[in-house]
Amino acid sequence: MISMEQITRIYDTGKIQVEALRGIDLEIGENEYVAIMGPSGSGKSTLMHIIGCLDTPTAGQYTLDGKSVQAFTDNQLADIRNQKVGFVFQSFNLMPYASAYENVELPLIFAGVSTKERKRRVTDMLDRVGLADRMDHKPNELSGGQQQRVAIARALSNNPRIILADEPTGNLDSESGAEILSLFSDLWKAGNTIVVITHDRNISDYCQRIVKLKDGMIANGALT
Amino acid sequence: MGSQKKRIWLTISGIAWGTLSIILLLSFGEGLKLQLHKANKGLGENIVILYGGQTSKVYQGLPRGRRISFTDEDVRMLKEKIPQITGISGEYDMYGETLTYGSTTLTERVTGVLPPFEYMRTHYPQAGGRFINEIDIRERRRVIFLGNRLKERLMGPEVDAIGETITVNGLPFVVVGVMNEKMQMSMYGGPDDQKATIPATTLKALQGRTHVNRIIYQVNQTHLAPMVEQEVYKLLGRKYRFDPTDKKALGIWDTIEQTAVAGNMLIGIQIFLGLIGALTLIIASVGVANIMYVSVKERTREIGVKRALGAKRLHIKQQFILEALMIAITGGILGGAVAMLIIQGLQGIPVSDGPLELLGKPTFSMPIFIVTATILGIVGLAAGYFPAQRAARVDPIESLRYE
Repeated sequence: MISMEQITRIYDTGKIQVEALRGIDLEIGENEYVAIMGPSGSGKSTLMHIIGCLDTPTAGQYTLDGKSVQAFTDNQLADIRNQKVGFVFQSFNLMPYASAYENVELPLIFAGVSTKERKRRVTDMLDRVGLADRMDHKPNELSGGQQQRVAIARALSNNPRIILADEPTGNLDSESGAEILSLFSDLWKAGNTIVVITHDRNISDYCQRIVKLKDGMIANGALT
Repeated sequence: MGSQKKRIWLTISGIAWGTLSIILLLSFGEGLKLQLHKANKGLGENIVILYGGQTSKVYQGLPRGRRISFTDEDVRMLKEKIPQITGISGEYDMYGETLTYGSTTLTERVTGVLPPFEYMRTHYPQAGGRFINEIDIRERRRVIFLGNRLKERLMGPEVDAIGETITVNGLPFVVVGVMNEKMQMSMYGGPDDQKATIPATTLKALQGRTHVNRIIYQVNQTHLAPMVEQEVYKLLGRKYRFDPTDKKALGIWDTIEQTAVAGNMLIGIQIFLGLIGALTLIIASVGVANIMYVSVKERTREIGVKRALGAKRLHIKQQFILEALMIAITGGILGGAVAMLIIQGLQGIPVSDGPLELLGKPTFSMPIFIVTATILGIVGLAAGYFPAQRAARVDPIESLRYE
């Protein structure tokens, strides 16, 4: 499903060139539960962004579901982010002045889904993450764990097959973290492919597979 | 967000002020136009006033300096020979006539006219009365039509003048009508509301006159007026033997042309006022653009997240343009509401003669609304466009970087 060949990402900030990724070879199949670990600056987020088509590699081949991502236009990449991939962030990144409902609705609005259909799906998603009774609450009226669950519902609203999570429990206490963990397990069992950047041993212990990054390269080969 | 909210309201007030300015300026311009129009009608509708003049060219052996004057034969001839004339009347003047009613005696001007005078020179009667008519003319009746101010001075405001008898130089005349109040800017021989009018034939019979002081004719198809004027010169020139190109042979007061010139001037004034108003609005829109730029900067992360969720650049652009439009529309509605209140208020204040008569009646119209709404729309779109471009170019990676 995800096939990366010699992926390189160099940031050119004028004076300095930063090699964030140096020749990554990585294959991730359907319904895998992968953890990406590594020290700060090892390129984890960059790799995640490239997998999710939020960023494009400077060199190398990225094939997603058999299609070469390099050939895609800006709008096509936006569609992939909208339909095929769901992002979950460490600091939740919810819209602060919108309700839980309105936050989860966002990807559906970008997909051009009708108001009626949006209502059905948003209600369904919030129900799945156990927040059906908090639909009209704003983020500042929710706990950290609840906010992250809204973020996950948002990531899921278009039913993407791939979930990409960057330190999803990083800003949560252990109890909320465990809730999120269990949610991810459910999603995995439901057939989704999950890629998580994490320091949390609890999560990495649950994953099928750990990819270790160091200095922009894979330190432990592409297989577990 | 609190300070952002305050900033947004400041911007909205700027737009409201600009909208208020443009609506008021255009409405005062429109009001001026309408009042001037009314005032011009005070003299008459599409009329040309002909006086006899002096020839300035030698013609057919006849010398310069000959005086030309008209008879009522000429009135008939012009009417017959020029079908484009929609109304014509001669006017005989009598000066220093004594008008008496009860114990009041006034010395006034009395003029003798034909019935078309009523609509040509807007001498409309108040309810219950009438102007001079054909039967009055035929039977040389001793009937009289009074200007409203003259009637007040002669008979007092409470008296119902219709049917009352007043004497003109000792002769009894019955009042058949009193003139309706009207605004009059141009005049000859004093304002119409101070005049007394009797049938032309009656005046001729009393004084045995043959010469008419002036001829007034009306051309309702105003674009034909120049052609009619040429014909008049030709016909009268043939009869009185003067060169039809000798402009000075006749005195002409063309209110039609006068109105056209004033009309053009007014359009110029309206455009000028509109431009000033539009400029004010444009300056306010700079405030909108400014606040949108700040907004883009403050919401970089929000933009990045939305892009990560699959928003296309177009979505981001649309969002910011829409917000700019919303600010413009809100300001427009606020400014428009205040403008309407002011206009309604001023319309209610009665204006007497004086400078306020022309300037004191701002008038709102559909074209003003359309112009204002269009400018607001353009201004909102333009103010939002460039910040929206900037927003769409936000790099999601950069904006999400500092997790």
